[in-house]
Amino acid sequence: MTDKNDNNGTSSVMQAADNSPLLQVSDLRTYFFTREGTVKAVDGVSFTVRKGEVRGIVGESGCGKSMTAMSILRLIDKPGRIVSGEVLFKGQNLRKMSRREMTAIRGKHISVIFQEPRSSLNPVFKVGNQLVEVLRIHKGGKRKAQREEAVELLREVGIPDPGRRISNYPHEMSGGMAQRVMIAMGMACAPDLLIADEPTTALDVTIQAQVLDLIRQLRDDHRMAVILITHDMGIVAEMADIVTVMYAGASVEEAETEALFENPLHPYTQGLIASIPVMGEVKERLDVIPGTVPDLIDMPPGCRFAPRCRARVEHGLTQCEIEEPHMIEAEPGHSVRCWLYEGEKTS
Amino acid sequence: MVSFLARRLTLAIPVLLGILFVTFALSRLLPGDPCRSALGEHATDEICDAFNERYGLNDSIPEQFRIYINDVLHGDLGDSIRFGRPVDELMVERLPVTVELSFYAMLFAVLVGIPLGMVSAYYHNSAADVGTMIGANIGVSMPVFWLGLMLSYVFGVALKDTPLWLPPSGRLTAGVSIQPFYEAWGWNVNPDTLTFSGFLANINTLNAVLVGDWAGLRDALKHMILPAIALGTIPLAIIARMTRSSLLEVLGMNYVRTARAKGVRESQVVLKHAFRNAMLPVVTIIGLSLGSLLSGAVLTETIFGLSGVGRILYDSITGRDYTVVQAFTLIIAVIFVFINLIVDTLYAYLDPRIRLE
Repeated sequence: MTDKNDNNGTSSVMQAADNSPLLQVSDLRTYFFTREGTVKAVDGVSFTVRKGEVRGIVGESGCGKSMTAMSILRLIDKPGRIVSGEVLFKGQNLRKMSRREMTAIRGKHISVIFQEPRSSLNPVFKVGNQLVEVLRIHKGGKRKAQREEAVELLREVGIPDPGRRISNYPHEMSGGMAQRVMIAMGMACAPDLLIADEPTTALDVTIQAQVLDLIRQLRDDHRMAVILITHDMGIVAEMADIVTVMYAGASVEEAETEALFENPLHPYTQGLIASIPVMGEVKERLDVIPGTVPDLIDMPPGCRFAPRCRARVEHGLTQCEIEEPHMIEAEPGHSVRCWLYEGEKTS
Repeated sequence: MVSFLARRLTLAIPVLLGILFVTFALSRLLPGDPCRSALGEHATDEICDAFNERYGLNDSIPEQFRIYINDVLHGDLGDSIRFGRPVDELMVERLPVTVELSFYAMLFAVLVGIPLGMVSAYYHNSAADVGTMIGANIGVSMPVFWLGLMLSYVFGVALKDTPLWLPPSGRLTAGVSIQPFYEAWGWNVNPDTLTFSGFLANINTLNAVLVGDWAGLRDALKHMILPAIALGTIPLAIIARMTRSSLLEVLGMNYVRTARAKGVRESQVVLKHAFRNAMLPVVTIIGLSLGSLLSGAVLTETIFGLSGVGRILYDSITGRDYTVVQAFTLIIAVIFVFINLIVDTLYAYLDPRIRLE
């Protein structure tokens, strides 16, 4: 396993060197205009994804991870709206595309798998038909050939007896099987980018490992890029090449996985990593980050994490609650949004 | 699917037996005397004794019930006390009127209600949505007799001599008649005995299509418009509201998001992925409303001068015409059971999860 990982690591770095980014998200902001006020679900997220790379996006529930993914595909429902930012996919701005062009991108060049596989499949259609639908929309061709291709796809994602399973309805499948179907649907058109939005959260631990292996294997076979959205630091450590940490709608830290785990800069990331239970280590209580995520309608004026930040108190920083810090490169390839480091640079 | 249907049909038998018992019991429990209702207040005791003897009303109630069940199982619904004619003859006359009226009312309600509900859900909180829902609320709260009278006044009286005029009463213009299809097809049937052909022939629009009488069809349809609108408005409003709330819920489902993420065109997302799921509760409502239309069109039938089931039921209840009340209640119940069977079957078709259970 480690061996395989290392190989991928080097090859993706090599790819990165001679390729412009596949996806470039800059300063993305998606707000929901509700009666209670403006919910800033995504408020200043930037990252890039290169070919063949697994980009992890990690953060607590409600920090805007999924909304970031949905914004990339422009699948934000009212009253939500992308208010600013750029999403460049292969150099084209997805935000400027017509609805029709966008429809042609979805499922073909960028596909998504979701958290709840069973409820993400339409209960009234056979899984085969839902799979064939993707092929029909994006590839065309003969009905019979599409069906055969669908069976092949199911086989590829490791569904036993795919010829029979193709006639199943979603309720006749387990969560793990359903997620494999979702992955098969995502892979149907060999997309350049797969967005996996908490793909294993609803699954048993053993199934989780299988699904993650499957995603990794497909990434290797097809050289596609993956955006892996999760709240699970363990999954990030295992899967991602490079990680973005999000907090309350904004990215707060970005680094290659190893660097992030070895040397987390942002107090929030430090808290996240400290809260991972370690096997064999007995603690009275798990480490927790005190407090809760701020209300996305009524955001604190300065750094969003300031009210919960221990480091701020320890270092006696006053700026945190007044002005929002900027994303700066604190170390080569390691950016962070925190006054702790911005202060160092400026002073 | 066959075993599903067989099971549902078997379940219908105890329901129908129950209905037989209840209608029989209820009509006997009604206060009042069938003899004096039929023959007038001044009928003497002797005359009434003879009358009761003739209609078997002197027998004990359980004995009456035994005879009744026996007759019904042999297909004999008895004679009407007031009309002195076999009930099945009355049924062939009256039932088609109501069936036809209910059908067009429901057709109107479905064809207008579902699209309105869909538009409302898709553009929810927009002006179109608010307008539709206000309209639906007005529709639900409008009394049928008032709407019926207004429609027949506006289209039958106020717009007279304009192309928008519509006949305010009756089933066909005086002088127009459509040849029964069995005659046209040269079937050798006696209209008094072959009740099913008679029943079909009495559904004017169906009969007109069967014999290809397009002028007759036009006339019959024209007569249907106003009563169908009057009768269909309340179900329309209910269907529109149900479609709206159901579709609104379904549009928020994960699988709708999946469909969009797959690159399915927006129209297909709504019409294919969401619609079928959203139709489940709507189908139930349609079934229930159709059942109540069949039995409850008294007001509409009265306003538009149609002699259908509602009117004969009302007259028979007030006139203590037991056989007619029992027979029509029974047939309405049978139709209701069958509509429910169709609804259940549709359910199973729409949602595969139901087939297993």
